[in-house]
Amino acid sequence: MAYAEQAETEALHEPKSFLTKYIWSQDHKVIAVQYSLTALFVGLIAVVLSGLMRMQIGFPGSLAFMDASAYYQAMTMHGMIMVIYLLTALFLGGFGNYLIPLMVGARDMVFPYVNMLSYWFYLLAVVVLLSSFFVPGGPTGSGWTLYPPQSITQGTPGVEWGIVLMLVSLAIFIVAATMGGLNYVTTVLQARTHGMTLFRMPLSVWGIFMASIMALLAFPALFVSAVMMLFDKLLGTSFFMPAIISLGQQLDHQGGSPILFQHLFWFFGHPEVYIVALPAFGLVSDLISTHARKNIFGYRMMVWAIIAIGVLSFVVWAHHMYVSGMNPYFGFFFAVTTLIIAVPTALKVYNWVLTLWHGDIHLTVPMLFALAFIVTFLVGGLTGLFLGNVIVDIPLSDTYFVVAHFHMVMGVAPVLVVFGGIYHWFPKVTGRLLNDTLGKLHFWITFLGTYAIFFPMHYLGFQGMPRRYYAYDNYAFIPQSAQELNAFITVVALTVGVSQLLFVFNLAWSTFKGKPAGGNPWGAASLEWQTPNTPPIHGNWGAKLPVVHRWAYDYSVPGIEQDFVPQTISAEELEQMRQLSAGTRAADVKT
Amino acid sequence: MNRLLLKNADGADPNGSWSRDPEGIQSAEGANRNQTAKIGLRLFLVVVSSLFFLFLLASIARSQMSDWLPLTEPLAPLANPWQLWVNSAFLVLSCIALQWARMAARQARLNATVIGFVVGGVFAIAFLAGQFWVWQQFVAWGYFVASNPANSFFYLLTGVHGLHLLGGLVAWGRTVARFLNRVPLPQLSASVELCAIYWHYLLGLWIVLFALLTSTPQTYEAIARLCGLR
Repeated sequence: MAYAEQAETEALHEPKSFLTKYIWSQDHKVIAVQYSLTALFVGLIAVVLSGLMRMQIGFPGSLAFMDASAYYQAMTMHGMIMVIYLLTALFLGGFGNYLIPLMVGARDMVFPYVNMLSYWFYLLAVVVLLSSFFVPGGPTGSGWTLYPPQSITQGTPGVEWGIVLMLVSLAIFIVAATMGGLNYVTTVLQARTHGMTLFRMPLSVWGIFMASIMALLAFPALFVSAVMMLFDKLLGTSFFMPAIISLGQQLDHQGGSPILFQHLFWFFGHPEVYIVALPAFGLVSDLISTHARKNIFGYRMMVWAIIAIGVLSFVVWAHHMYVSGMNPYFGFFFAVTTLIIAVPTALKVYNWVLTLWHGDIHLTVPMLFALAFIVTFLVGGLTGLFLGNVIVDIPLSDTYFVVAHFHMVMGVAPVLVVFGGIYHWFPKVTGRLLNDTLGKLHFWITFLGTYAIFFPMHYLGFQGMPRRYYAYDNYAFIPQSAQELNAFITVVALTVGVSQLLFVFNLAWSTFKGKPAGGNPWGAASLEWQTPNTPPIHGNWGAKLPVVHRWAYDYSVPGIEQDFVPQTISAEELEQMRQLSAGTRAADVKT
Repeated sequence: MNRLLLKNADGADPNGSWSRDPEGIQSAEGANRNQTAKIGLRLFLVVVSSLFFLFLLASIARSQMSDWLPLTEPLAPLANPWQLWVNSAFLVLSCIALQWARMAARQARLNATVIGFVVGGVFAIAFLAGQFWVWQQFVAWGYFVASNPANSFFYLLTGVHGLHLLGGLVAWGRTVARFLNRVPLPQLSASVELCAIYWHYLLGLWIVLFALLTSTPQTYEAIARLCGLR
């Protein structure tokens, strides 16, 4: 029997108590909110850490507690939290959990219990990570890449407890991500409703689906490196640790390969960029199509581009290692693959622009964020072409040019999509709209602010300002103008950081006091906007699952007055709509 | 070309080649719910494969460093790995018993299913005990986890494999408890089936690990060359 029919006939296990409804919930929507709120909470901590770092760079010595150790600890935690615990968790655990079942017409994830466990493991990972702020020596300060031998050698902040907690937390996170990923992939493969073919799925689902597959294959590399480094640290093995003299003492390690760690780390690390980017690509495609009232341009191409990017992202990892001393021929190979991956990526950008072409563009807050994403991703992507070339990368390596590049392409750009996505789907989650004025204010400060922060960093990088330095004063090669620019960046960074409170306030206020949104405030065609209740109740669809007759992008269909056709409208119903529209037009002509 | 592109993008032509409902390449009706758990398990096995593939690649890369002392040298613990052969036999018997239980469950023979399933789990426990015994032998011979990278990888790989089997035994134990609670067979046959698939995979994985752990340095070198790690 087909899955959808079975899902219809089975009794739903309604949660009875407050505990099973909101805490130990197995409902994908509640788990999505749990994931999102936790991720946003740790994200705010990471924003505070970046503010502390910027204070030290812009106004050296202004914070008494900000010594070199504290700076490196803040930097490490900022990077790791943003990449793993905010972006990965929010896109897959938050958006993935909420949107996949609703967009494919399922009642829930296929393994709800495992889904619940996934969140609680994620929360445990976060608790373990944050607990490192309170242990002797504090969190690790080895940089978010955790390169050995430095990360587990005396002299690095957090070498006793911090690094162990970081590695354990990562291992727990990977277990959580695996449980989540298995759910997302299996749900997409198995639980789609009647008529929801793979090529009728919204691009959001495609992006999250592909990113989940990549996460399942790439996270084991981080797990392997974390376990092996834990062995080196706790049991004295020499997987990664070479013979080394530390503080005048010969350590017991010998023969280990730090480069091996780098290969393992980046075999995870580069796909990780796309684990964050692909869901962003998918979500932004849906935002652009909905708010430009145009079908997405080149849907099939967009899907194949997502798949191509996913596959190619596994063969580009060593472009992060051009200066590691690896075989030069490797550099040539990885430069070529890196440039090839620009092709499907550029294709997506073209298709977004062509979707906008002659569209009925509504400059709503989600659309503003989506448009800002395209521009930001383009800038970040173009500097990626510079850094992908070995000969350009070598002089720019470890400068602020790199900092600017990756913040633009995988920091700001995905975060803009996160915001756009939240403004777009918040009405479905709560039944209320976020405040528009606050939203626009938040958008302009964030968008212009992040440009003011990261654009100048390209110039600082060209000037040779190295990254990862705790203090930049008293270096002859760093001119005074760079110091002034640093002070400017810090002021803007603090402003942008504080302005995020607008967003937090808007979320809290609008949840209870926001304008009622109705079921489909944006006039969107995809399935999640066609639920019988808003917010959707447990089981999502009432007695009958929806039947899908078309793709998710039927906007501004010629001959139809309503400028969108929901996925649930059949050909006969569409014909009726067409006749009705013709009748209305004829009546208009008469009057 | 550009005009055609923009005309398509315009949406002016509802039949424009790039703007149609792409329909689908796969019918959504084909999905069978009974397959869902199996698909989930198989996906999980892909993840485990990725994990062990990377562990093995790391061990081959590390083996090419000069300080690697092979465990298969004369007088080293794996020069004659008879204990590992015994353990392997336990795991093979475990898989046979589970496969028998799986086939009996399909034919709705309750007693045979229970016997096969329980015996399968007991042999798996024997395998784990045997692996632990090998570890003790290593320690008794002075082959500690940190004394050489070859030892480190031996403990690591057998340990992670054992942990996966232990995880399987948790699922096995839960199913046995449900048998004891007289849950009807049709509700349990899926669990028996999943356990059998998982066990067979872990046997296959163990054969690969066994082969690699008892390989000569020349084999390691050949694989390393093949992978471009040398």
